[in-house]
Amino acid sequence: MSTAAPLAAPIVALTEAAKHFGPVRALDGVSLSIFPGDCLGLVGHNGAGKSTLVNVVNGGLAPTSGSVAFPASGAATALAAGVRSVFQELSLCPNLTVAENLRISHSALKGMNWRAPARAEIRAALDRVFPGHGIDADAPVDTLSIAQRQMVEIAIGFAPRGTEARLVILDEPTSSLDAGIADQLLTHIKRFCAGGGAVIFISHMLGEIFEVATRILVMKDGKVVAEKPAGGFTRQGLVDAMGHVATEAAAAQAARLPGDEVVRTPEGLRARRGEIVGLSGLAGHGQAEALARIYLGATSSWRSPREAGMVFVAGDRGRDGVLPLWSILRNASISILPQIARRGMVDRTREAEIVAEWKKRIGIRTEDVTNPILSLSGGNQQKVLFARALASAAPVVVMDDPMRGVDVGTKQDVYAMIRAEAAKGRIFLWYSTETEEVCQCDRVFVFRNGEISAELTGDAINEERILEASFEMEGA
Amino acid sequence: MKLIQKPWLWSWLAAAAAFALTVALTEGRGAGELAYAALSFGAFAAIVGLGQMLVITLGPGNVDLSIPATMTLSGTLALKAMGSDPGTAWMGLGVALLVGLGTGLANFALIFLLRLPPIIATLAASLVYQSLAIWSNRGLRIKPPAGLADFATGRSFGIPNVALVGLGLSILIWLLLERSVWGRWLLASGQNLRAARLAGVPVEAVRAATYVAVTVFAAIAGYLLASFSGGAALNMGAEYLLMSIAVVVIGGTSIAGGMSNVPGVWGASLFMFLVVSMLNSYGAGAGVRMVLTGLIIIGIVIAASTRRIPR
Repeated sequence: MSTAAPLAAPIVALTEAAKHFGPVRALDGVSLSIFPGDCLGLVGHNGAGKSTLVNVVNGGLAPTSGSVAFPASGAATALAAGVRSVFQELSLCPNLTVAENLRISHSALKGMNWRAPARAEIRAALDRVFPGHGIDADAPVDTLSIAQRQMVEIAIGFAPRGTEARLVILDEPTSSLDAGIADQLLTHIKRFCAGGGAVIFISHMLGEIFEVATRILVMKDGKVVAEKPAGGFTRQGLVDAMGHVATEAAAAQAARLPGDEVVRTPEGLRARRGEIVGLSGLAGHGQAEALARIYLGATSSWRSPREAGMVFVAGDRGRDGVLPLWSILRNASISILPQIARRGMVDRTREAEIVAEWKKRIGIRTEDVTNPILSLSGGNQQKVLFARALASAAPVVVMDDPMRGVDVGTKQDVYAMIRAEAAKGRIFLWYSTETEEVCQCDRVFVFRNGEISAELTGDAINEERILEASFEMEGA
Repeated sequence: MKLIQKPWLWSWLAAAAAFALTVALTEGRGAGELAYAALSFGAFAAIVGLGQMLVITLGPGNVDLSIPATMTLSGTLALKAMGSDPGTAWMGLGVALLVGLGTGLANFALIFLLRLPPIIATLAASLVYQSLAIWSNRGLRIKPPAGLADFATGRSFGIPNVALVGLGLSILIWLLLERSVWGRWLLASGQNLRAARLAGVPVEAVRAATYVAVTVFAAIAGYLLASFSGGAALNMGAEYLLMSIAVVVIGGTSIAGGMSNVPGVWGASLFMFLVVSMLNSYGAGAGVRMVLTGLIIIGIVIAASTRRIPR
């Protein structure tokens, strides 16, 4: 595995590193060296072992066997070797300000007036990665949008923090960022690697991987199944290597007769029976709020009808979706309880049947649905949330950017399922930060500054028109 | 799940240890009487504890501090309504239940309409309930009807009647939590209120029902306690403020919400009585007794919570 400059010592070198959780071989003997200047793209399905590999590299987990060394710096720990991680599950403290969050991972900031250098450092880091970000260093994190939080987290990852970042691990960094911001990040990654840094970049968006990665590593079942320079893969070849039979995005979209208008909001959002309606635009321009208003307006905090009229698929799993103390089974069945209850008591046989069926249909990777929900990887947790919503008979399904952290194969499965359900007359209101997903919709509303700036249908739905409507008047 | 991971185990072990230590002093004499007294007095703590457990399950910040005042008000008004006349026991129970319903609705109205934190709302409201009790009682001590007093102090199958009532209520709560849709909704709301609401749970209805349930349980306990002790007293609920919270926490219910534990409440209620009798029989003075009780409670809570971390 000598792909980069042979003269330099690797920043991190793994030798047959393995990590077992009981009988589960999350990482099954991986050897890997990362050199200065490398940008390693890491791809694989949910549960392929990507997160475990990352945690072994950054010192979060000790390998069960094999070794992890940091030859370039000679340091004993990942922290001292300048290895930084930015996680897909946001790890900022919401009650602290942006600058105070930097301090948490920057122990050299001491003394009475530590806030001033913290502010200066985080400002500089944000300016470097995301020019024109508009984030106040004194803003409490819980007042920021999810995209802004992700930007702060990335900036903290690249900030010098007393030493110097040598290897930055980015786990799904762009999943909550819109295209413009994601481009800024990709540009920064290229600059950072050109300056002798290294990056491990995990993404389910293959376009981004091809854009920044110098090398691509494909993982499956805890093993590295392919590793080549980025030029050595084609898009299809990469999907095949991951081991999923990717069905080409079915172009055969059944021609549907437009049904009755079911949803109509004061701001002008409309949806007919059987329609997939997209909400697009730059992240944080009021799409999520519009969806929450629609959902909370259509359902009640006081009564729960036997047949729900609307269901919600959360994208921010920790905040809006997962019930962390419960099993997969109970998480999946919470929305259909009134439907399957007899005299107020849960019919547990039917509950188990329905969940077992959805486990199979949507492919939740678990031996036993009575396992805790938190034993699943992020993407599989998301599948449980999909099952929760789709198992109900609700005619309207509201989806708040639900594909974050979901792998390519599953995405295709879920797209197909959404199309099939829409063909049966269901309405989907779908907010997404990914243009590819928005292009699956029958009708798209583009949001700008909390208002609808354009309504696109049919052939008018394309990246160009969406970007145009997102930025109009802004750039000028 | 292995036995050692059961969160209720610790309260039962502690109760058994306190029992054994007390009986050891008397070399086995009086064991039956001690168990009988523990079941009688523990029943009142268990009944109010079950209600408090439901509220604490709603998640951080949820607690009902109006339990003592509700107990006093329900005992006072029920005994006044019955006026020691025979055959009025069911009517008195009805009055007590109405008091519980009323105070619960009033508490939740303050929490929901005025957006007061539950700790403030229930504490402030309890001043009103206590004042109502003082105003209606006017220093009178009315005896309960003879039949009711006999029931409250009597036994069936060798078990105190009040403990049987408590047991019945516990089974009811257990069934609700484990098997009913409402129980699922309560547990979901306690884990993540926002996620529960977005999953279609009628969270405000769940909260309202829970705040009414706790005062109804307190009212039943007040009615039984007044009948048991031969009349209502204005301070009769005082010790149940700390007691109701302590039995929930020692019993292994998560203070973070979303997880209830019915058997633990019983173990803890028995323990709270037994630890005081144990210290009494070893001749500890009042001051020492309180300090030791506090230290023992802290120890049990630590043992119960550290055991639960590796889930």
